[in-house]
Amino acid sequence: MLGKRVRVKRGENVYEGIVMPSTTGTFVLKLDSGYNIGLSSYDEVEVVEEQQESIKTKLEIPHVKGKPEVSIISTGGTIASKVDYRTGAVSSQFTAEEIVSEVPEIMNFCNVRAKLLYNILSENMKPDYWRELARNIYKDIQDGAYGIIVTHGTDTLAYTSSAISFMVSTPVPVVFVGAQRSSDRPSSDNVVNLVCSASTAVSDIGEVVVVMHGSTSDDFCYIHRAVRVRKNHTSRRDAFQTVNDFPIGVVSYPSGSISYQNDFISRGERKLELKDTLEEKCTLIKFFPGLDPDIIRFFYDRGYRGFVIEGTGLGHVSSDWIEVLREISDDSLITMTSQCINGRVCDRVYDTGRDLLKAGVIEGEDMLSETALIKTMWLLGNYELDDAKKMMKKNLVGEFRTRTGWYSEKC
Amino acid sequence: MKNAETATTIDYEQIGLKVGIEIHQQLDTFNKLFCGCPTVLRDNEESCMEFSRFLKVTKSEMGEEDVAAREEVARSRKYVYLFYDTTCLVEADEEPPSELNLEALKVAVEIALLLHMRPVDEVHTMRKIVVDGSNTSGFQRTALVAMDGYIETEDGRVGIDTLCLEEEAAQKVEEKRGVVVYSLDRLGIPLVEIGTAPDIRTPHQAKQVAAKLGMILRSTEKIKRGLGTIRQDVNVSIRDGARVEIKGVQELELLDTIVENEVMRQINLLAIRDELKKRGAWVDKTVYDVTDIFADTQSKVLKKGLKQGRALASVLKRFSGLVGKEIQPERRFGSELADIAKLFGLGGIFHTDELPAYGISIEEVARLRDKVNADENDCIILIVGEENRAKNALERILKRAEYALEGVPEETRKALENGSTAYLRPLPGAARMYPETDVPPVQISGEFLKSIKLPELIDDRIERFKKEYGLNDELATVMARSSRHRLFEELVRDGHSPPLVVRILEMVLPSLEKEGINVISITDKHFKMVFNLLKSGKIAKEGIDEVLKVIAERPDITESDLNEIVSGVDVTEIEKFIKKLVQSKEEFIRDRKERAFSPLMGLVMKEFRGKVDGKVISELLRKEIQTLLNDR
Ligand SMILES: [Zn+2]
Repeated sequence: MLGKRVRVKRGENVYEGIVMPSTTGTFVLKLDSGYNIGLSSYDEVEVVEEQQESIKTKLEIPHVKGKPEVSIISTGGTIASKVDYRTGAVSSQFTAEEIVSEVPEIMNFCNVRAKLLYNILSENMKPDYWRELARNIYKDIQDGAYGIIVTHGTDTLAYTSSAISFMVSTPVPVVFVGAQRSSDRPSSDNVVNLVCSASTAVSDIGEVVVVMHGSTSDDFCYIHRAVRVRKNHTSRRDAFQTVNDFPIGVVSYPSGSISYQNDFISRGERKLELKDTLEEKCTLIKFFPGLDPDIIRFFYDRGYRGFVIEGTGLGHVSSDWIEVLREISDDSLITMTSQCINGRVCDRVYDTGRDLLKAGVIEGEDMLSETALIKTMWLLGNYELDDAKKMMKKNLVGEFRTRTGWYSEKC
Repeated sequence: MKNAETATTIDYEQIGLKVGIEIHQQLDTFNKLFCGCPTVLRDNEESCMEFSRFLKVTKSEMGEEDVAAREEVARSRKYVYLFYDTTCLVEADEEPPSELNLEALKVAVEIALLLHMRPVDEVHTMRKIVVDGSNTSGFQRTALVAMDGYIETEDGRVGIDTLCLEEEAAQKVEEKRGVVVYSLDRLGIPLVEIGTAPDIRTPHQAKQVAAKLGMILRSTEKIKRGLGTIRQDVNVSIRDGARVEIKGVQELELLDTIVENEVMRQINLLAIRDELKKRGAWVDKTVYDVTDIFADTQSKVLKKGLKQGRALASVLKRFSGLVGKEIQPERRFGSELADIAKLFGLGGIFHTDELPAYGISIEEVARLRDKVNADENDCIILIVGEENRAKNALERILKRAEYALEGVPEETRKALENGSTAYLRPLPGAARMYPETDVPPVQISGEFLKSIKLPELIDDRIERFKKEYGLNDELATVMARSSRHRLFEELVRDGHSPPLVVRILEMVLPSLEKEGINVISITDKHFKMVFNLLKSGKIAKEGIDEVLKVIAERPDITESDLNEIVSGVDVTEIEKFIKKLVQSKEEFIRDRKERAFSPLMGLVMKEFRGKVDGKVISELLRKEIQTLLNDR
């Protein structure tokens, strides 16, 4: 009876409304007032009207002459959606027309082409999807896109954007954007984030970045280097933060004007190139007191050759791990990062650290653990182990620096 | 054309008056409806952080009529929110809501049952779109809890259609150019919204219904009290008129006046319509730029407007005299048009029914008439401000003026302090609602219903207090309404005189409060102590004030300590004092005989007030005087 208009008798009471899906097994009606109510029992149901037809409105967008063409690739995580107030259903919007009708301010910066690549929850992302995305971005740039915007669920956005950073050497801005408040709400952060993304997508930047709210206010977004950003809050708009570095820049809202705060690779500085192979047998292990070193052997025995260990403090694990690490390091890439998140790994201060280095572990400098994992996958996918080991120690796309700044507001 | 009708001459049945009331009452729960924050209000100065937002407004979220106005204003409007250490990320729209507060749901169901309503089996929380910034999320969370009840009034039964449990909106602090400031302390306080059927037939009955609903709500003792904790919206329509929703009636006392005034407004608008038709009036939709006429104007308000843009004018043909006509106390038809201009963020309008005025000269008016081809029978509407805004506003005003030829528009209005109303927006469409997926539905089980104990209604208690305790109407009413009604009954059961208990609890205490005594620290326990002392004769009725003052200062005092303080004097001491006094005033007494009693009594009371019952003193004094007089 879903979607039908019915009249329900229940004792002396009569209710009329549209039958809605129920998650609890009760009979849920949407009354004309817009309210849903649940009834656990009723005496009589009479269908008053069959299926409600949905009203479709045709959308058109103008082409603004002289504005550059930006390609929007949707991967899920609804950056634009519409609510049908008669049924309460929320539908995701993926066409350029739909996105622009939701956030018309985009047109102040660019013309839009849009593509729905896939529609999955960000927690269901896989390296396969990263590869497909990389190829699509590569193709769009090849086809002349002046900039790319990728909409993505926020949970694993930073993994995907890191992967693209390594896989696609881009001459144009590739901007990842999401929303912490779903786009069906009037308070969604999607407007601010998309407007700032559009401005960034036509900027002078030539690298992969993440553009998200810079504060809880709708006043500006940060442009984060994709390999340096982390989701540091479960729910706040300003959850994304650049770690161990300054953000590349600040985009003001609503003007969209950008002020740069860091160095960056400029538009056109790099040649378009795609290296989309990834070694998936890589793992990220967070060390904790008492964790049995057999966990390393477990992965190794299953063919894993890429290891990122998120150690304690300056980059430590228990000394009973040294032996197994020494055993596997000849044919594995083992990188140490720190669960402190902030700061640099340094294994030359304490004995355990020195032993780890002797065992063949590479210091991950001030790299994010997640970025180190992606880098490991990409290196092992595209290079021989010896080269991979050398390249792990090299900064490739801004994933680490050799000097650590104070990174406060003023210096 | 006849003069404005006055309310007393109106036959409400004949004009087909229909009124419905919607009451919004804040609940006094421990936590807010969807988060763990306390339901306390704060001083704006206590705010520890503020942030700003915009709301995404799409056309489907606004009434058709005012799309232009609201889109222009809403989409560019900035909202600033004041955050406190008693608000959290839920109010800031930075965290999903917690589950529906069951304490609040219980109160809502209790009220529903008192109104003979049937609760739904499962409560679904909805998101109701609200784009004025008063909800950080852009929607108000609301749930329909019960339907189909009624209350009885002197003038018949009135249906109660719905009871919803919803979150209170943020409090507007101020509105500057394009920026609205809201305080988050109030956002999320649970609220019940009770809607009656349009069964009410007279202004007086409307007031009765509101009063009765108020009484029932107060009977639960689980609602917030004080200014702003209850609001009434009123729906009014008359035959040939239109349904008009009046928002935000704060004073119950004004309710009948507001209904009367709205009826008058609709009758007057219909009279204007008839007159316009008779005159063959029409609206010339040409918009004239008349900026140059006022290039050297002496009008300050006009000058100020011109600094931001242009002066535009249009002509209402043969409207002369009607735009300036009063349709409600202190409100003219022109006020309705000015309301629209204000919605567009403009100061208001000028019209020739009231010109020359505001520093606009006769010559300027003449040139204006000339420029727009208007004669004495016409009324010119003049508007100044930023060009686009002024143009959009004027177009909307002309539309409204044109509707005057049809009658009364359906609309939402806001209540003004004098009982009149001002235009707010078109009536909202019904279905701007969708499920709040972050909040799971809640079953109202048989067990849940069983756990609810219905309170005695205050009106029933008044009757009972009269019957059981012999209180007169006034004392019974005061006591039954009081939060100390339980204490009253307990004390009476302990053998104290009912009127005396009422007097002390409800009259002495408030008067002490007026004196600036901190009566909040005086609890039930203290009252029991005081009445114990009174019963055992250790203090006198007259001394209760003093005793309560002592308690207010030392709330942790024990009964025996209190006893010691108040009964530091025993009767032999009084006897000694009186004997000495009588001896020293012997001549005076012999001279005045019994008439000497009063002045002497005053002297004794001055010494012992509050420590010994006045009756005891007067007996002792009388005896002593008599002894002296007898003893020649
Ligand atoms: Zn809260």
